[in-house]
Amino acid sequence: MTEPLIYELGSPGRRGIAMPDPDVPLADLPADLVRDDLDLPQVSELDVVRHYTHLSHLNFGIDNNFYPLGSCTMKYNPKLNEDIARLPGFAGLHPAQPAAMTQGALEVVHTVQEWLAELAGFEAVSLQPAAGAQGEFAGILMIRKYHHDRGDTKRTKVLIPDSAHGTNPATVVMAGLDVVELPSDERGNVDLDALREACDDTVAGLMITNPNTLGLFEEHIVEVVELIHGCGGLVYGDGANFNALLGIVRPGDLGFDVMHYNLHKTFSTPHGGGGPGAGAVGVSERLVPYLPGPMAAIVDEDDDGRPIYGLHTPEKTIGRMKAFQGNFGMHVRALAYMLVYGREGLRQVSEMAVLNANYLMARLRDTYHVAFDRICMHEFVIEGKVEGSDVRALDISKRLIDFGFHPPTNYFPLIVHEALMIEPTETESRETLDAFADVMIQIAHEAVEQPELLHNAPHTAPVARLDEVRAARNLMLCCRPIPAPEVYVQPQASAT
Amino acid sequence: MAYNVPDDLRYAESDEWIKVEGDEATVGITDYAQDHLSDVVYVELPDVGATFAKGESFGVVESVKAAADLNIPVGGEVIAINEALEDEPEKVNEAPYEAWMIRIKLNDASELDALMDAEAYTTYSNDRDD
Repeated sequence: MTEPLIYELGSPGRRGIAMPDPDVPLADLPADLVRDDLDLPQVSELDVVRHYTHLSHLNFGIDNNFYPLGSCTMKYNPKLNEDIARLPGFAGLHPAQPAAMTQGALEVVHTVQEWLAELAGFEAVSLQPAAGAQGEFAGILMIRKYHHDRGDTKRTKVLIPDSAHGTNPATVVMAGLDVVELPSDERGNVDLDALREACDDTVAGLMITNPNTLGLFEEHIVEVVELIHGCGGLVYGDGANFNALLGIVRPGDLGFDVMHYNLHKTFSTPHGGGGPGAGAVGVSERLVPYLPGPMAAIVDEDDDGRPIYGLHTPEKTIGRMKAFQGNFGMHVRALAYMLVYGREGLRQVSEMAVLNANYLMARLRDTYHVAFDRICMHEFVIEGKVEGSDVRALDISKRLIDFGFHPPTNYFPLIVHEALMIEPTETESRETLDAFADVMIQIAHEAVEQPELLHNAPHTAPVARLDEVRAARNLMLCCRPIPAPEVYVQPQASAT
Repeated sequence: MAYNVPDDLRYAESDEWIKVEGDEATVGITDYAQDHLSDVVYVELPDVGATFAKGESFGVVESVKAAADLNIPVGGEVIAINEALEDEPEKVNEAPYEAWMIRIKLNDASELDALMDAEAYTTYSNDRDD
């Protein structure tokens, strides 16, 4: 059953609280500033509690069940992170408090900067960006400013493989640069010949995701980086898939000049539902002066030799990306996560993520066609098609809902037809992986024997198959009909 | 899968068709393209008077699956756009060769020579499905 809108509940005049009579004189407001049409729900406190409790039961999250949404790294978010973030010293902090009163918080920010830099092999990290897309934007702005500062203004092109996240080209366009798409070769790597051909003195840089969105490690990554550096460009790493590399490969060591981290993926801070995200950005030495600021820094030491923390803005900074220190609550959670796991534990995180993905891929390989079938990293892509059936990836995804699983990412990456991108993460047990694989195999049988079961799925969800086409073609963004607007009659324009 | 590929059109590798009439032409996307995009929900077209060089993006087509650039098969100036697609993007799925997107005035008719004919485009489409 669906839940009514809160506006459909209650009854005129019903209230949650009774306001006491004012003990000060009422302000005499000008009539034209007073409105009597404020449209608020008229409900009791119990109406509100039940409404949101019902809604929460309709929700699906990682705490409900397996959530193999490829490229999103829907790992378990440890409850310890939440305990730490709710410590009064963190939760009660005001971001405008002076540095002398917020030494602990600044130390947290500084420590996260240092850990992230160490993990990815970068010179420095800024925690300013609010999430991944803003981290990308910060990175490309730094690359642009780096070239401009050297008087190298003809570099307007950014090369992007065709397997990239859609945010990459969007970032480039936002930064006022031009996108040049690179094809993939038959093993799912960047096509080196095409890259060679595209490399010239108009290239500002390359945006690359490694492992890429097919879940494959770029086999020629060193050559790719050398080619870009060889023509004077810089290399941007999309850190969305960093969960495959912790403690094993450091992008900075590969020659990457800048990378964003998704703390809400790799470092277990909440993802989805508003998170909020956190998209730190790390850079090699030559981009350090351009980092967004302010950042946390050790500015002095006290009489006992202990560090005193403050804020520092790099000299040629691209500017501020976000109010205060970015999404600070997420930095606290990410630090809790890193401290709990430690260096060896973080490496194990990636090892288990890769192992889980390969195990699941091996179990599904005989039933579904694996795109670019080779050892994968933290995720893999299958084609959502079944021999002898007309079902599509979308039908398989909808049927998974009936079994209590969140569907994988659909129709991405674009270079695989009917793509289903599956990322189990390290936090799932073998029993869960087996249960999912068993269901996927059962669905493949159903696709042949009872295709309607898939076409009409889901059958057990609160709402049946949604008409996605109609939803996209007839956007309704208001919760209820809006009154017809007053018609504005354009004055007669004079002939020109 | 057998796609509809009319004989009287020419085709670009990025799956647009072009129908030439004198020094003007109409441009749309092919049956192959609409089938792979699935249900089209939005078509963004340029302003009349805009000019594009061969291969440049003149608009965007968005489906429930993906958004894709529309690339102009040959260079030219836009002299009309199919405004009906704004309200009825589904026409692109229903009749891809009637749902033209832009009418252009050709810059250089010799650019047409590099495009595929129906036979070549049929082979090109089928090869990509294998």
